[in-house]
Amino acid sequence: MARTVTTPRKLINTAFAWAVGLLIFFPILWTILTSFKTEAQAIASPPIFLNFDWTLENYAVVQERSNYTRFLWNSIIIAGGSTLLGVIVAVPAAWAMAFVPSARTKDILLWMLSTKMLPAVGVLYPIYLLFIQLGLLDSRAGLVVVLMLINLPIIVWMLYTYFREIPGDILEAARMDGATLKEEILYILTPMAVPGIASTVLLNFILAWNEAFWTLNLTAVDAAPLTAFIASYSSPEGLFFAKLSAASTMAIAPILILGWFSQKQLVRGLTFGAVK
Amino acid sequence: MYLKSLLWAASTTALMAGAASAETITIATVNNGDMIRIQKYTDKFTEATGHEVEWVTLEENVLRQRVTTDISTKGGQFDIMTIGMYETPIWGANGWLVPLDDLSAEYDVDDILPAMRGGLSHDGTLYAAPFYGESSMVMYRTDLMEKAGLEMPEAPTWQFIREAAAKMTDRENDINGICLRGKAGWGEGGAFITVTANSFGARWFDEDWKPQFDQPEWKEALTFFVDMMNESGPAGYATNGFNENLSLFQQGKCGMWIDATVAASFVTNPNDSTVADKVGFALAPNSEGVDKRANWLWAWALAIPAGTQKEDAAKQFIEWATSKDYIELVAENEGWANVPPGARQSLYDNPNYKDIPFAQMTLKSILAADPENCCVKPTPYTGIQFVAIPEFAGIATQVSQEFSAVYAGQQSVDEALAKAQAFTAEEMEAAGY
Repeated sequence: MARTVTTPRKLINTAFAWAVGLLIFFPILWTILTSFKTEAQAIASPPIFLNFDWTLENYAVVQERSNYTRFLWNSIIIAGGSTLLGVIVAVPAAWAMAFVPSARTKDILLWMLSTKMLPAVGVLYPIYLLFIQLGLLDSRAGLVVVLMLINLPIIVWMLYTYFREIPGDILEAARMDGATLKEEILYILTPMAVPGIASTVLLNFILAWNEAFWTLNLTAVDAAPLTAFIASYSSPEGLFFAKLSAASTMAIAPILILGWFSQKQLVRGLTFGAVK
Repeated sequence: MYLKSLLWAASTTALMAGAASAETITIATVNNGDMIRIQKYTDKFTEATGHEVEWVTLEENVLRQRVTTDISTKGGQFDIMTIGMYETPIWGANGWLVPLDDLSAEYDVDDILPAMRGGLSHDGTLYAAPFYGESSMVMYRTDLMEKAGLEMPEAPTWQFIREAAAKMTDRENDINGICLRGKAGWGEGGAFITVTANSFGARWFDEDWKPQFDQPEWKEALTFFVDMMNESGPAGYATNGFNENLSLFQQGKCGMWIDATVAASFVTNPNDSTVADKVGFALAPNSEGVDKRANWLWAWALAIPAGTQKEDAAKQFIEWATSKDYIELVAENEGWANVPPGARQSLYDNPNYKDIPFAQMTLKSILAADPENCCVKPTPYTGIQFVAIPEFAGIATQVSQEFSAVYAGQQSVDEALAKAQAFTAEEMEAAGY
């Protein structure tokens, strides 16, 4: 039986949820507001919230100085490519772990996750040397592979969790009807796990889009994505906060819009199975 | 003058062997005003030589990690790297950089300020050409100094600075007598407390590479710094670096600020600074009776990594970017206050530049800094605000974190110095010193 929630309780819950939401969103809002200020207004004390002369000058300067579309395109290719490749590799792996588990499956899953605990800088030199040998430095292909490998444990774990919610009897019935392994995964399992796969794709796309360590260290000119674009506006000797904010706003805008439009899918996927 | 630049660049091109074909050179650089400015003028270089330039601009710490990884693995991603005085002698000694010992006669390498040339050389060979150089000096509010009934000497002592700071402090009106770096990091607060300690007679290591934090000079310097900042500094100074203090000074919230000489052009720029017409300059202070001042020496310089396939084009670019003609090009278009300072003697001999209020004090500050002789007592190292050994960045970052904890009131001066001594001794022993 559903629990009755009183109106005052609802109001409190709603207010609390909004307060938390605004608290989380505030740094982004402040960045966006700062991007429309002059450099002097950006560092004003006490800070100016809305009462300033709005200017697009910072965006003009950033546009003039940097080739935004090249950085954007690289971000799309690298984040999209690594996510797609990750899902292609992870679906069969998660299927095997969910439906044909062995005594060591849990250990393998934990071991995969443990690779995320190693600080990235610990393997910078080996990866860098490998990239030199393979001619992959400053290439989108190289970054697609590296980001795919970095996010693979998360993709496998997420898909494994979703697949575990799907009754194995359905797949068994398909096998009894003569479905091959490929048909079972492609036509039975995948359509049933679409919400889970969609949220996995979205979350990993966001993670890959925001990844800054490898994208900064393995690129120079040709493959540099939006993280490098932002890094080029950060300065320890000079106040360029308004321009940095404009660059940051331009870098996060695409992913913010994507997240906004797909939030239902994201929430549905992330809470998939949570209320069973 | 522009025609002269073109002719000079064209003649240099003709002289350069193997430079017949146009190349695209990739330059890793830091995001600061002078480096951004040169990117606007790169077309002039391309017009003159045919070589295209691709810029990779990064935040200082990211740049440092990026170029260090690339050069130590011979990654070959960059044809020119923007590096500082800390990296240049170490990388030069490792054979990682192309010696700049065949620059053209027109370039006039002897015009580079001796301190800069020395700091960017190893065993007398120049490995990086200074794009701009800096020392540190006192920037102060002339109106507040007058109100306090004091007159800033050209070469103040720390004792005078402390007295003036206390008199200028006006908590009710949110004015701090002095703003200094306290932020952890070897290039931030670490650099400042090192030069402060130098000016109290301290040093990082003795002749046998034994750390010296257990000596009385370090305790005196650190105690003085903390007491003065607690009396007259801004709240939360433990997290203030260059930018935070620049912001405070520009908004009129600091009576004095001791920091990089390049800040002078920011605080006197009426577009950004509310106190642009009320700023005076003085040499960095020393403690009474100590013959060393708290001024550092730094240069952002252009170097060529060994193994680049485009060495000739890279050298051409460096000659162009660090030439007298480039300085004149910027002066013609943006005024003398915006030219890259601190690298060439001819700039300070130029009558047009002498009118810039901070020019001569910048030169005096640079000339007062001697990286071969940083401290009162003898040392086995070169460098003033750093020690030019590869281990220094890691050690000094840790040490500066201990000092920042003192500034934040989390531990005592004695505790921080004891930890710094123990940690540094351990690291140096592990490194084989």
